[in-house]
Amino acid sequence: MPSNKSVSDAPIVQFTNCRILRDHQLQREDLWVREGKILNPEKLFFDEKGSADVQLDCKDSIIAPGFIDVQINGGFGVDFSLATDDFKSGIDLVSRKILSHGVTSFCPTLVTSPPSVYHQVLPQISVRNGGAHGAGILGAHLEGPFISKEKKGAHPEHCLRTFEAGAFQDLLATYGSLDCVQIVTLAPEMRRSSEVIRELTKRGICVSLGHSVANLSQAEEAVQHGATFITHLFNAMLPFHHRDPGIVGLLTSDKIPAGRRVFYGMISDGIHTNPAALRIAHRAHPKGLVLVTDAIAGMGLAPGRHTLGQQVVEIDGLNTYIAGTKTLSGSVATMDTCVRHFQEATGCSVETALEAASLHPAQLLGIEHKKGTLNYDSDADFLMLNDSLYVQATYIAGEEVWRQDVSGM
Amino acid sequence: MKLIILENYSQASEWAAKYIRNRIVQFGPGPGRFFTLGLPTGLPRDHPESYHSFMWNNFFKHIDISPENVHILDGNAPDLQAECDAFEEKIKAAGGIELFVGGIGPDGHIAFNEPGSSLVSRTRVKTLAMDTILANARFFDGDLSKVPTMALTVGVGTVMDAREVMILITGAHKAFALYKAIEDGVNHMWTVSAFQQHPNTVFVCDEDATLELKVKTVKYFKGLMLVHNKLVEPLYSMKDMGVERSQSKKPYSD
Repeated sequence: MPSNKSVSDAPIVQFTNCRILRDHQLQREDLWVREGKILNPEKLFFDEKGSADVQLDCKDSIIAPGFIDVQINGGFGVDFSLATDDFKSGIDLVSRKILSHGVTSFCPTLVTSPPSVYHQVLPQISVRNGGAHGAGILGAHLEGPFISKEKKGAHPEHCLRTFEAGAFQDLLATYGSLDCVQIVTLAPEMRRSSEVIRELTKRGICVSLGHSVANLSQAEEAVQHGATFITHLFNAMLPFHHRDPGIVGLLTSDKIPAGRRVFYGMISDGIHTNPAALRIAHRAHPKGLVLVTDAIAGMGLAPGRHTLGQQVVEIDGLNTYIAGTKTLSGSVATMDTCVRHFQEATGCSVETALEAASLHPAQLLGIEHKKGTLNYDSDADFLMLNDSLYVQATYIAGEEVWRQDVSGM
Repeated sequence: MKLIILENYSQASEWAAKYIRNRIVQFGPGPGRFFTLGLPTGLPRDHPESYHSFMWNNFFKHIDISPENVHILDGNAPDLQAECDAFEEKIKAAGGIELFVGGIGPDGHIAFNEPGSSLVSRTRVKTLAMDTILANARFFDGDLSKVPTMALTVGVGTVMDAREVMILITGAHKAFALYKAIEDGVNHMWTVSAFQQHPNTVFVCDEDATLELKVKTVKYFKGLMLVHNKLVEPLYSMKDMGVERSQSKKPYSD
């Protein structure tokens, strides 16, 4: 039927026979897309007297917003902390491959590295929209080097730094440029960290607390200065103690400024955290949980030895350790595996599991008006999943960018 | 009239839906041949969230109707009377209303034709009665001050011009209105009573709505259910249309 579209001539696609995640519920509704954005069909009907040009039957799939991974160090042999000649093609490879895991936007993460690495690598990372070429890049996540020696985990000790000398100026000199930086992880107990946190927050960069031995009051002070995230909760921080809960205590702290929420990353691969600990965190503060992979170069490859910045790591099944030790270093988990494991371990609803990988990271980065939801006028980055939460197809800006091969696994 | 009495709200709704479907299919609509379904107009467009959203979510989004074929009175029009007159013209242009489906207010009104409305009235602006305002408060979070006090409505005369009228009445709170509509005389205080003078009216109700009727009336019409059910069984579909039209039976009429 002819559609009289007074607003735009672009084709309108109507996805039918599906259940969409909207308003925290799976609803039996159609999804309408035009010009890469989610369209409001009611306005189209009454105001424009328009109708769909194409109708696609989704065979009862679940449609959820695309996953957003805010902590991923590499994958498929590519290490974001290694300044190689073909760094750009490496990041392109990862961004394309993670489409099959349901990730439509991500923050390439750099672990603690010498300044030369940052100066060479950061200019090669640019914020860009996703598409058939791969998932969108939201900006870099710099995990270190301003972290605690006692909780360095897999980060190389010789590259750790403090804020003693020039606080923010030193940070700027270390990284070279903050143009495409979205998140910085630091240890708040370090002297002069407050001024750094304030300065980063002023520039719209999300400050995350991690690899730290801070106690709860130091962590709360950091939040008051602007910190909003906790890097992989439980890992590389002091364990919860009933008289000083440390950073973990932020989940139920009453000193969080009004109107703000503290988010926390969880690597729910079944290895970094015991499912019981995952459940405790989730039950204490369900709206702050952000699923991350913390995936390393070896993700997607056969077990063996790979690099993680300046370190060599060994993959044995799902475990990834610094070679020759039992220190965990990143993971080989994929985002969709994390979502499934999270749902299984906590027994939460499908909606909650999906939101932990989409809505919450978008809220953390302050982009939920365009990413992380299927609300009208949001970017049409979404996934089709089956009831067991396996990704069947990935869409970015309304275009199909990956589909499960019917014959494949 | 036909009075169809079903056990409860769901059964009444389902019977009515099947009847409307059969009527549409048997009419055989096509390009240039519109089955014009009349529905009571809602509240002014000032409050798009209430009426337009209601119609979209409960009806339009579930069917493949073309937006050009949807005509809703616009309460924001600069000249309201002109808007009403134009609406009457649109009805004529579409070939007249084939079937008008409406409900009944507790005060016996059809559409927004409040007690005292002329039984030959046309589409116009009406001030709403308190009863109606109370009933519509549910669209405005129960806040009476937010409910509009005026509405554009099709007139009683407009609905009387439809070739068939179906009134849906469910619930005990409508029982007295139903009694006044069908067992008392034609009276402009109970405007639905006007349909006693329409050749093709169907009243579909549930048991609760019959509470004020004479036992005799209820028994008489319940006795006719076997015959009335032939209007909804078999349930036709557009695919069968080609075959059926050659063996078409005139729809049952009393």
